[in-house]
Amino acid sequence: MALTRQDVAKVGLLARLALSGDDVDRMTGELSKIVGFVSQLEELDTNNVAPLAHPLDTQNVFRADEPKPSLTTAEALQSAPRHDGSCFLVPAVLGESGAA
Amino acid sequence: MSKQPATAASDPYITVIGLEVHVQLQTQTKLFCGCSTRFGSPPNTQVCPTCLGLPGSLPVMNRLAFDLAVRAALALNCKIAPFTKWDRKNYFYPDLPKGYQISQYDLPFSSDGHLEVIDPKGAFSRKVDIIRVHLEEDAGKSMHDEAAGTADTRIDLNRAGTPLCEIVSQPDLRSPQEARGWLNELKLLLVYLGVSDCNMQEGSLRVDANVNLHIPLPGEGGAEGRIAKTPIVEIKNMNSFRSVERALIYEAARQWEEWQATKVEMGKMPKQTRGWDDPAGITRPQRQKEESSDYRYFPEPDLVPVTVSDAEIATARAAMGDPPTVLRAALAEKWKISAYDADVLVNQGRDLVAWYEDLATRVGEGKVASNWMQQDVLRTLNERGGTIAEFPVTPEQVADIIGRVQKGDFDTSRGREIFAEVLTSGKAVADVVASMGIAAVSDDDLVALCQELLAANPKIVADVKGGKEQAAAGLIGQAKKKNPNANPGKVRQMCLDLIKALP
Repeated sequence: MALTRQDVAKVGLLARLALSGDDVDRMTGELSKIVGFVSQLEELDTNNVAPLAHPLDTQNVFRADEPKPSLTTAEALQSAPRHDGSCFLVPAVLGESGAA
Repeated sequence: MSKQPATAASDPYITVIGLEVHVQLQTQTKLFCGCSTRFGSPPNTQVCPTCLGLPGSLPVMNRLAFDLAVRAALALNCKIAPFTKWDRKNYFYPDLPKGYQISQYDLPFSSDGHLEVIDPKGAFSRKVDIIRVHLEEDAGKSMHDEAAGTADTRIDLNRAGTPLCEIVSQPDLRSPQEARGWLNELKLLLVYLGVSDCNMQEGSLRVDANVNLHIPLPGEGGAEGRIAKTPIVEIKNMNSFRSVERALIYEAARQWEEWQATKVEMGKMPKQTRGWDDPAGITRPQRQKEESSDYRYFPEPDLVPVTVSDAEIATARAAMGDPPTVLRAALAEKWKISAYDADVLVNQGRDLVAWYEDLATRVGEGKVASNWMQQDVLRTLNERGGTIAEFPVTPEQVADIIGRVQKGDFDTSRGREIFAEVLTSGKAVADVVASMGIAAVSDDDLVALCQELLAANPKIVADVKGGKEQAAAGLIGQAKKKNPNANPGKVRQMCLDLIKALP
């Protein structure tokens, strides 16, 4: 299965990546190879195979609703590129959140 | 733009509304980690590697969150799926640290329910189908201080990973008023069942509304007419049920005007998202909603599926307690009160109903107790604020006052004064009665008082003798002046008896 340049440009947009024209050309080829590799699976007849929701044959793993210690704010923020001591700082985001 | 209620009988269109409600579940900890869900803590103090989306962390499902979600779904008459799983909903936003939200896509844990709303004043009655209820995690909070003019948005991830139930209704509502009524009923139900506190100010309940108009068009040349549908608009950013109603009224009128100008129908343009601007009282366009496929859902590999047996569903159902609809009917029947009275009491919550039943049991008359609840207790509670648990007067004290009224010690308006004094002074009812100089008027005193009145009012006596019993009313005012503790009903009866006994 071959991806088009439009497919790659759209995925780039969704991933918030600024792709140049050269990037799109290169990735159209590379991503097509990956998709092509995976699509070999389509050669298998899966008509009589139940869909698999999870590779592990395990179900119903729960924890009790009991509080555990959280990180300190300093620990939480320590790997952030930018912060003000209490919040993560990111470039201005205006408008609504993507979903809830 | 006109602001009449949409879908009045005179409107040339039907307003079609579907709601999407997110409620925060009443757990102590988040959906996939042990961080607290407490509201209002300093930013980024309730976060850990899991809810920050740090590499190597793994989610583990909160048992209580799942159980509360099942309880909500059962109360909404949904089918519980025997097998359910979670999926990743991929999108990039700074308040979503993992780059995906763990949600449910094709196998939600419940679907196909309904919730009916009946307006107690009879304005509407509507059964609204529920498409699905699913369990997902919340995102964090973005804060942007536009006034400060800074270039940065600040991110607080305390809320990230909080358990949410998403409830999606069919577009079965037919007016903004119905939508508000239905939301009230939904909130009451979820609060009753302990599923959520549904506090909108704290974001525990959020509503998005989908709305469009169905416009009957006349046929041409004898052909049958058809229904034109305007493009669906999703309204966001409504912070109260009142806002939901106002936004829907505005949006229906706006779509009607747009339809008249453009005649654009559903399908001719993509679904639009508009945000409600409460102070301005208008909706404004927001960015176009990404198509469902753009979220690139796939099964969450870090969580295993959950199965629910019939026995577990039965147990959950048994532990649920009575929903408000059942309680209203039970209360009306048990205490012989009207459906309206039962509605008023039940809508105040379970604690108030218990308080009422305590009072009604002591008084022995449901209707009298209900009148005192509504006219005295509830009114005072609304003025003072706070909950019934904090109310300074007890059912025992109110029953004491009512009992004295019923015995004829004093009338209801005197009883109200005593109630007010018990409320403010915190004294016992008997002490208040004594300190207000309210003593039961003995029968001898009453006879003496009435004889005195009759002697002083020969005209009234003559009128009553002549068959005009209502003339006795003139005596009651005078009796009050002479002895404020005299029971007006008793004075009236005594005077009538004495006059009849006259030769």
